[in-house]
Amino acid sequence: MNIFERFMQIDRRWIFLAIGIVVIIPFFFPLGLPVTVTEPVQNLYDALDEIPPNGQPLLLAIDYAPATLPELEPMSLALLRHAFSNDINVAVLTLHPAGYGLAERAMNQVAEEMGQVYGEDYCFLGFRPGLSAVILGLGVNIRNVYPEDAYGTSLNDIPMLDGIRNYDDIPLLITLAGWSAAEAWVLYAHQPYGQDVGAGVTAVMATDLYPFLDTGQLVGLLGGMRGAAEYEGLINHPDAGVRGMDSQSAVHILIIILIVLGNIAYFGARRKKREMERDAA
Amino acid sequence: MGTIIWTTIGAILTLSVYSFLYKDNPFYKFAEHLVVGISAGYYLVIYYFNFIQPNVVAPVFQLRFGDEVIELGSSMWWLALIPGLLGLLLYTRFFPKIGWIGRWSLGIYVGGYAGLGLSPIMQARVLNQIGANALPLTSITNVFLIVGLIGTLTYFFFSMKHKGVLGALARVGIVFLMVGFGASFGYTVMSRVSLLIGRVGFLLQDWLHLI
Repeated sequence: MNIFERFMQIDRRWIFLAIGIVVIIPFFFPLGLPVTVTEPVQNLYDALDEIPPNGQPLLLAIDYAPATLPELEPMSLALLRHAFSNDINVAVLTLHPAGYGLAERAMNQVAEEMGQVYGEDYCFLGFRPGLSAVILGLGVNIRNVYPEDAYGTSLNDIPMLDGIRNYDDIPLLITLAGWSAAEAWVLYAHQPYGQDVGAGVTAVMATDLYPFLDTGQLVGLLGGMRGAAEYEGLINHPDAGVRGMDSQSAVHILIIILIVLGNIAYFGARRKKREMERDAA
Repeated sequence: MGTIIWTTIGAILTLSVYSFLYKDNPFYKFAEHLVVGISAGYYLVIYYFNFIQPNVVAPVFQLRFGDEVIELGSSMWWLALIPGLLGLLLYTRFFPKIGWIGRWSLGIYVGGYAGLGLSPIMQARVLNQIGANALPLTSITNVFLIVGLIGTLTYFFFSMKHKGVLGALARVGIVFLMVGFGASFGYTVMSRVSLLIGRVGFLLQDWLHLI
């Protein structure tokens, strides 16, 4: 067995180990690679920045589950920090049952960090099942879908929601989702009601949503951990997104090297085999 | 103290799941079953307190919707009761003799959703996208987009043999499709690596406090 054939039959667990090591090293020795801001991220930042302070709220839909937490939680933290630092009120809700605790976690963490008051600066509407029915219902009257917030308080008793009836009173809606919820907000909030929608999605989903950027159906888009890192850069608060990008870049380099080596080994092994067959003939 | 215990449990479960990369083992199986069991219980509680209680139980039995008082037999009361009963009918599937009754609810559910989705989906996914591609050929980007669109559509046109001009256009379409798949796969790799990074960050920072 020549070196090429041996490389082709390498136990894949060695590759897992290599990727694990390459992910861990940058946590201890950060590379500090620059993260440039792309247009969809800048557009979302600008759209949020234009919301007048202490007025109509940003509607933040934290529609993710633990499986997509590493990509989407840094986005929610960065968006909440940006909104609260501009004194923008935030109404949080979730359309994913597993998003309930995660929404609370992100919201409470940033609210505590920035001294925000529940009911005056932010509120949590909770979870409702039904996706499209819920999104369409919010366009008629928020109180029809959420008569109470997540803690049983009537929406009429929440000061920041005074006069907030439907999408006409929501300047911007941002959904953070690792499933089809992001597209659903475009279909059922933007399309029938003209609601401005921004999205933060997992990298896997980003390519599916790019067509909605070109048509203006999405005002901006954060794609994966990279999108979170870009947003953290814009608000000057580097966190898990920026920290993770060093590991991300290192793994990408490793994968490229492995692809090149794999191809060299494949073609090398094929050439050797052909030479041996020719010699035998 | 509570945080340390829960973080340690989380760390042990994370390591149990990743142990599958070496080979299947009882630790992985335990973590897998735990996720399924806890998810079922968690979802039940979340669905009850966030939906069934405020939208069905409160209006039908406690005669209130939020802070609004509802009269027994009013339109609001029926609007909460009927969907609730239709939902219960779905469970007739567990009794083979009357299982067909559940199809009524299912029919209303499917019909309702199809009706709700028809117009927005057509508008958002088809008409707006066609409009966005009706571009003047005044820039290289636009030319690139139009050529890619026509080539890709041609590739999926199966009514004629892909020969001559049609064959050439279909080959152009394949190139664009491959680029699309490549971008999609690149993003997928990025996504999967992000999950690993998140877990490594949790282990090193939240559990071991090494960074």
